[in-house]
Amino acid sequence: MKAVKFWSWLAYAVGAFYFLLPLAATFEFSLRARRGTYSFDAYQVVLADPQFRETFAFSFAAAIVTIIVGTFIVVPTAYWVRLRLPQARSVVEFITLLPLIIPAIVIVFGHIRMFNTSSYLPLTGSTMGTNVLLICGYAVLSLPYMYRAVDTGLRTIDVRTLTEAAQSLGGGWFTVLGRVIFPNVFVAILSGAFLTFAIVIGEYVFAALLNRPAFGPYMVWMGGNRAYEPAALAVMAFAITWGCMALIQMATRFSKYNKVVR
Amino acid sequence: MSDLGALKRRTTGGSIAEFGKGLSVWLGLLPFALFVSLFLILPTMNIIVGAFQNAEGAFTFDNLVGLNQANILNAFWVSIKISLLTAALGCLIGLMIAAALTKGGLPIWLRDATITFSGVASNFAGVPLAFAFIATFGRLGLVTVILRDVFNFSLASIGFNLISFTGLALTYLYFQVPLMILIVTPALDGMRREWREAADSLGASSGQYLRFVALPILWPTLLGTFALLFANAFGAVATAMALTGSSLSLMPIMLFAQIRGDVLQNPHLGYAIAFAMIAVTAIANLIYITLRARAERWQK
Repeated sequence: MKAVKFWSWLAYAVGAFYFLLPLAATFEFSLRARRGTYSFDAYQVVLADPQFRETFAFSFAAAIVTIIVGTFIVVPTAYWVRLRLPQARSVVEFITLLPLIIPAIVIVFGHIRMFNTSSYLPLTGSTMGTNVLLICGYAVLSLPYMYRAVDTGLRTIDVRTLTEAAQSLGGGWFTVLGRVIFPNVFVAILSGAFLTFAIVIGEYVFAALLNRPAFGPYMVWMGGNRAYEPAALAVMAFAITWGCMALIQMATRFSKYNKVVR
Repeated sequence: MSDLGALKRRTTGGSIAEFGKGLSVWLGLLPFALFVSLFLILPTMNIIVGAFQNAEGAFTFDNLVGLNQANILNAFWVSIKISLLTAALGCLIGLMIAAALTKGGLPIWLRDATITFSGVASNFAGVPLAFAFIATFGRLGLVTVILRDVFNFSLASIGFNLISFTGLALTYLYFQVPLMILIVTPALDGMRREWREAADSLGASSGQYLRFVALPILWPTLLGTFALLFANAFGAVATAMALTGSSLSLMPIMLFAQIRGDVLQNPHLGYAIAFAMIAVTAIANLIYITLRARAERWQK
């Protein structure tokens, strides 16, 4: 047993070293901008860069809109499948997993071909149209996570009883969905939403190929042109990802608390 | 409930009203169906069909035959190699760490912290990950500098270069290993203590327990996760692009360049490359889905 414990600690320590080393190194590197001493200059340069603010704001807004669009597509569908169409369940689940199977670059390639300027729906012809296409692409990417999160949330509530109760009180479908189901799965939506946020905020391939001024392409541009600022960006990106995961954990904890109260 | 439904169906079966009601039930899926058709299914079909069409829209195998060029085959091979390697190493290392956490007597808080960290690291892919590794193992990276200044040892002297196959593999492991930990830890939790005790009481050695009990139960999960990690690495673009620019020719990087500027001078060759990529990840995931179903039978 002693030997097992020793090897376990050793395996763990080696793993921990590999995973923590790049974080430490990146942080150290990001502080090196001023010669001979550590400073936060690289962060200052990045934060003062108007391009940083614009691209970050763009990706931030894209993430929020993606989450809203995703919620409007996923919640009614998952609800309807649970309530009335259990026979469609495996098909819908399979479709929502497709974005994990089909590489993102192939999906965006398909978008560019299908919505080009000479097509029936020339979304790439205008800035607004391209933005719409970008959001829809991101909503597709987030489908596996959003659907899984919402479906798990629906599992914990009694969809049928809640629906019947709301209907017997005279609620229409919009009331049922908006005022009964949605608040009940809100916490589940949140966990899907934060994951979506983490994915969209630094996404590169869609934004680059659709030529949108997003944070991902900006980071790549920085990587090609600056020395220390990319490390500062990496530290920030890691902090954002970490923050999103922490918020997911908080959301799940909140939902457990919810269940006890009910 | 279902009895009542069956009774109702029997009494009104076949009527037009019933048909209309059935239809309206399916109509509830319309928004979803419309969305995924427009932005997921049809675009993908568009690519697949395009792979079998020539410039005039007639059916042809020429595009797939056209993949048979040295640079495309090479990119394909490098992509498959890096995906196989990082999937295999990711599985192995992830399994070791997960085993240490679940069966090795490490404190429970360490386990929770590791699972949380794995959730973060498996999503910390793309451009920032490449930056992190440049800051660590790059020419001026912390590890390179410390080895050079303190140990008077040059990483380049043993042939290590971050902007290479090895360097990219090292970087990919940063999201591959955590994904493995996330998937395999629950599977290891499902291994009952009684199984080990039963094997022990029958006189089995540790090796025999692993070979005849643990591995047969775990192998569908392991192979299935291997397939998932493979597809994960195979479709990754941003990390590789930010790390190596275009100096390392991978399948997705080649497709990226082709979409941007038709570098192969034949638009339909782009379709064929995309089709080949779908085919590879689809096969990998088919294996995953099949084995996953088998693995779950054991865990009930």
